[in-house]
Amino acid sequence: MRYAEAGYNLEVDLSTGNIERVETDPKLMETHLGGQGVNAKIIWDRVKPDTKPFSEDNLLILGAGLLHATPVVGCNRTSVNTINPMTGIFGHSCMGGHFGPELKYAGYDRIIIRGKAPKLVYLYVHNERVEIRDASHLAGKGPGETTSLIREELNEPFAQVACIGLAGENKVLTASLEHGYSSASRGPGPIMGDKKLKAIAVRGTKDINIAHPQELFELCLKMKKWINDSDGCGDWMAVDEDDSFHHNNFAWGNSRTRIKNYWSEELQDRWTRWKYDNMDRQAGCYNCPKGCINVISWPGTKRFGYKCYGKDTYHMAAFKELDYTYGMLGQCLDWGVDSYSTPQAIALGIELYDNGVLTDQDIPNFPTDPGDRVKFLLEKIVHREGIGDILANGSWWASRMIPGAESFEHNTVKKMEQLPIKLGKLNPAYYLMIATGEKMAITQIEGSFPQDPIRDPVKRKEFVDKWDAAPYQKFKDMFMNWEKRDQISIEDTCALTDWNEAMHYIDDSTGLCGFVSSFRGQFGGQVAYSFNNVPDIIHLATGMEIDKEGLWEICRRNRDLVRCINNRLGMRRVDDDPPKDHWAVRNPELEEKLLDAYYDFRGWTKDAIPTKAELQRVGLDYVADELIQLGILDPNEGTPAQEAAKAEEQKSGGC
Amino acid sequence: MGEKVKKIVKTIRVDLDKCNGCRGCEIACSAYHATPKYSAMNPSRSRIRVVMDQFNDEYVPIRATDYAKAGCDGRRVYTIKGKKYSECSFCGTICPTREMFFDPDSGLPLQCDLCADEKEPLCVQACPQGCLTFEELEVEEEEKVEVKMDEMELGMKALLDKFGVQKIADTFNRLSQKG
Repeated sequence: MRYAEAGYNLEVDLSTGNIERVETDPKLMETHLGGQGVNAKIIWDRVKPDTKPFSEDNLLILGAGLLHATPVVGCNRTSVNTINPMTGIFGHSCMGGHFGPELKYAGYDRIIIRGKAPKLVYLYVHNERVEIRDASHLAGKGPGETTSLIREELNEPFAQVACIGLAGENKVLTASLEHGYSSASRGPGPIMGDKKLKAIAVRGTKDINIAHPQELFELCLKMKKWINDSDGCGDWMAVDEDDSFHHNNFAWGNSRTRIKNYWSEELQDRWTRWKYDNMDRQAGCYNCPKGCINVISWPGTKRFGYKCYGKDTYHMAAFKELDYTYGMLGQCLDWGVDSYSTPQAIALGIELYDNGVLTDQDIPNFPTDPGDRVKFLLEKIVHREGIGDILANGSWWASRMIPGAESFEHNTVKKMEQLPIKLGKLNPAYYLMIATGEKMAITQIEGSFPQDPIRDPVKRKEFVDKWDAAPYQKFKDMFMNWEKRDQISIEDTCALTDWNEAMHYIDDSTGLCGFVSSFRGQFGGQVAYSFNNVPDIIHLATGMEIDKEGLWEICRRNRDLVRCINNRLGMRRVDDDPPKDHWAVRNPELEEKLLDAYYDFRGWTKDAIPTKAELQRVGLDYVADELIQLGILDPNEGTPAQEAAKAEEQKSGGC
Repeated sequence: MGEKVKKIVKTIRVDLDKCNGCRGCEIACSAYHATPKYSAMNPSRSRIRVVMDQFNDEYVPIRATDYAKAGCDGRRVYTIKGKKYSECSFCGTICPTREMFFDPDSGLPLQCDLCADEKEPLCVQACPQGCLTFEELEVEEEEKVEVKMDEMELGMKALLDKFGVQKIADTFNRLSQKG
């Protein structure tokens, strides 16, 4: 019997209509866990490097996490992976809600979609019954209407539906896949649109079995109460109305303008009233007691849900207040656009117009008020009309498609918009995370080690004493010795980056949410899941023997594999580059040293490719072989003999 | 007329405003009633379901209560605080009108037993949000002889309703003769 896993993948070819239920290899759980880990393995094996994102051969994989549909609390995030058309590399994307667990109950660990449908369709999965159905009546409809129409016509009120809105149908690169009030951005939206797949509806009535049921259930019941009561879990922005952090520190408009003393008590009172006077509920995701999703009924718009920083991006692009964003979000949800990238692409358009790069000929009838302008451009983008057809590709592409615009784009890494953070002095850990991360959002990389030191030694000691999440003593020592943000050794920087990243790789493969795990530990240290308990939990759910070191090894393997997918798609050291103005004061010499040290720490070459020895060490020999065969990896790179030869060469001054 | 007697009535109180839609109650219920206990998760076997429509902000946990062999015509719609609810949103009846509260494999009805062996029903234990709370109320009511059906009886009754006495008896005889 398979424990925790369903043991089957659902393979759907939209071009031919072929549907298969394929038993999976149980060994993959031991090597990659599940979720994004296994999705990456499938993408490596089956999406060849010459595959264009908008090609029949690109796969879209919706993967349930290894621990979905077990009693593990706060475990519900579905990994959706593909080659992201905006970045051209592995698309890291995930969403909360109920989709992954329902998929497991239907008897599948993942849905693998290839091909393109000849016309708009949706996929209906009820256990073994799987149908590709006509979706022409759903064209242009938002997630609310799509979900209820599908549930009605299938007579499946408990079906979980994930779908795209008009933006996805029009292959807007910043479109997202929507599911309830959760969404998966960074790739799946436009890919669904390209595959003419409007929605996926899943209903499952099967069992998921647990290896050690009694122990796991009792542990989870205790953890549920603890998570519910804990301030260290969930989105604190759902309850703390002081959002001075984002407004005083993040940049407004096209990520340029900081307003340092923006926040005030009077403003906070007003915004708090707007929120609570119009809030229906704070909703949660599957099997999580937290209410991170603020559900708002704002007059004149459709009801919407948002979490965290999602309430800030539109008004910060438009230099407005919270009521402006509240007025927008119902429509944005309905169209299905990502609220991180989209407002930035819009703000770039406004800046280009203000600087005469775009003119009235390019944007006829362009309003004067910045709020009206954002709405105007959003509508153009979603419909891909006029200038919107260009901005729909995101800031990086738009700035390369509009003559004279390139120098105005300044906030992307690997062709994707980043959080609009513009700071003073270089922060070594953030340099490494932003530069080398390939998840396209710092929130998907940072999270376990605190962002800042605690000045007061007594408070620092107190923090460290109850820091249960720290996997090894070295991290506690590191924190005890940390006085100033930018003064931290290169060695420590690599180690903490590794820990931060590893926790996210756990979440992406098990389905845990960052708000109870990878992202949240940095704020207060009291988080539900860490290297100190996840191995036991995986053991209880699956029966697999695994310890802390074993789990770290899997994270390392998954990390290397994602890097190799991207190496094969052309990514190199030169792409590991934060926005030029992320810090006002840069330190090129230190930055090069940091990159060298990090690559070395990871077992990667100087050009940011995992070495043959590293890949063999983590059991990815077949990946090494292919990279060598393709001429991407030098088999001798990073070997002791080569390092010695290099040192010799440097000593003699070269030829 | 029977005599008035005091009785303890156990029930689960639902505070709709506290439901965050996590469906932890469904998970706990299905796990508790699995054999062996907790060995499998499957909300479709749960005797409590959250009737949920996020876009309508509808979150209603309902428990399987009485078995009805016929579904009602109930398609009335109620508007409460601007939100529309179907009659079924609040109805715990195990009825053929909808898929809820039938075991997905056997098709037999599933009824809430308030997890009699536990200090509190498992769904309540799995709801730290406080949407579900366990209550024991003292009520005074007329004494009547009540036959409480156990799980097998409930299943048998459903089979009788569906196939009739003769067919059930014939099948029982045939199967028991086969050994």
